[in-house]
Amino acid sequence: MKKKDLISINDFTKEEYMRIMELAGEFEENPNQDLLQGKVVASLFFEPSTRTRLSFETAISRLGGKIIGFTDSSSSSVKKGETLHDTIKMVSNYADMIVMRHPLEGSARYAAEVSDVPVINAGDGANQHPTQTLLDMYSILKTQDTLDNMNIFMVGDLKYGRTVHSLLMAMSQFENPIFNFIAPEELQMPDEYKLYLKNLGIRYFEHKEFTDIISEADIIYMTRVQKERFSDPIEYEKVKNVYILKNDMLENTKPNLKILHPLPRVNEIHTDVDENTKAYYFTQALNGVFTREAIISHIMNLK
Amino acid sequence: MTENNKKKLKLKVSAIKNGTVIDHIPAKSLFKVITILGLDKISNQITFGTNLESGKLGHKAIIKVSDKYFKDEEIDKIALIAPHAKLNIIKDYEVVEKRVVEIPETIKGIAKCFNPKCITNNEKINTCFKVISKNPIALKCHYCEKITNENQMVIK
Repeated sequence: MKKKDLISINDFTKEEYMRIMELAGEFEENPNQDLLQGKVVASLFFEPSTRTRLSFETAISRLGGKIIGFTDSSSSSVKKGETLHDTIKMVSNYADMIVMRHPLEGSARYAAEVSDVPVINAGDGANQHPTQTLLDMYSILKTQDTLDNMNIFMVGDLKYGRTVHSLLMAMSQFENPIFNFIAPEELQMPDEYKLYLKNLGIRYFEHKEFTDIISEADIIYMTRVQKERFSDPIEYEKVKNVYILKNDMLENTKPNLKILHPLPRVNEIHTDVDENTKAYYFTQALNGVFTREAIISHIMNLK
Repeated sequence: MTENNKKKLKLKVSAIKNGTVIDHIPAKSLFKVITILGLDKISNQITFGTNLESGKLGHKAIIKVSDKYFKDEEIDKIALIAPHAKLNIIKDYEVVEKRVVEIPETIKGIAKCFNPKCITNNEKINTCFKVISKNPIALKCHYCEKITNENQMVIK
């Protein structure tokens, strides 16, 4: 049987998305299942990412698997100049599956070609982070009971944010989505994604700020506007407070509205939002464990 | 055709008995075409001319390879750098077939990905692209998924 990998969100069909969602639901009911007993999973973090790594390692542990690996490349043979090819070749001899985070784009696709065992991409530079997208989708499905007819607000850095790009691609597979992009001039959604939506006949709107339209949202997906993305620091100073969500802005919003954020948050969601029942970002992070258990089970044909 | 023109033609395109004439190669791409087709590694008789005047290309080059016929997928490799190249298939001094090059659906090697953070620019890996537009050329990297446009394209 051909091995399965998860490298890019576009590698999965809509049916596979739904299968992952279904499995994630099962793991939420019963997170500890010894499906990976006797298996070794390599967790290769060529750059640090505490949240993603802990979420994966929790998922693997709850499935009863053993973990080998490293948490950043300074503690691995990469520092001695080993190529990615050689590292992956070696590790794929030891482990039954590889979870990999790497700063270079396309590294995960390449690793999957080199490896004899399945590879899950835990982020390759600014390119893809498909497990984040699947946990975002699970969070939407869980809170809205459907992935169809969603009015999704994406706020902040839409230019460099890979999470919003992947979520846009994935949600476009479902019925009748509407996208509202709220971003400063310098960080707008790239043309290629707008063209992608246009070709599919999917509606999208662009705004500079969102207080007037927030009442229409089913999902608000917040991202961080980073100072270092701006060529002109004055531009950053001008817009930095426009993309901050505060509790009083949520007054007349839909009852089903949920606020998502891939985390870490800095100041783009005011802490007074945390107590609001519409704040969902911490539960979203927890959903990451169930979704990753589901992804591993699917990739390894355990269920 | 005037005598003068005939003479010119003779000088530039002296006939081969059997083989392939590749015409309308941009002069600047001649040596890349030779490398891509591996003509520097075969023992066939080859003649080429370059900086010949061409209305369409400004300066063109031409290559004549005796006793060699190219497969479509072989010749289509030069489409990125010589998109207007024309092939004359010669048998017994006669042109028996003419064909043009076509940009293939996927391109392996040849071009570089424009993204400096792409793994193909950091480790020894053959590039691979899906051609998402032929005119103008746009190549989607199989690895980093970024799109290299015609004006960003660098031939390896």
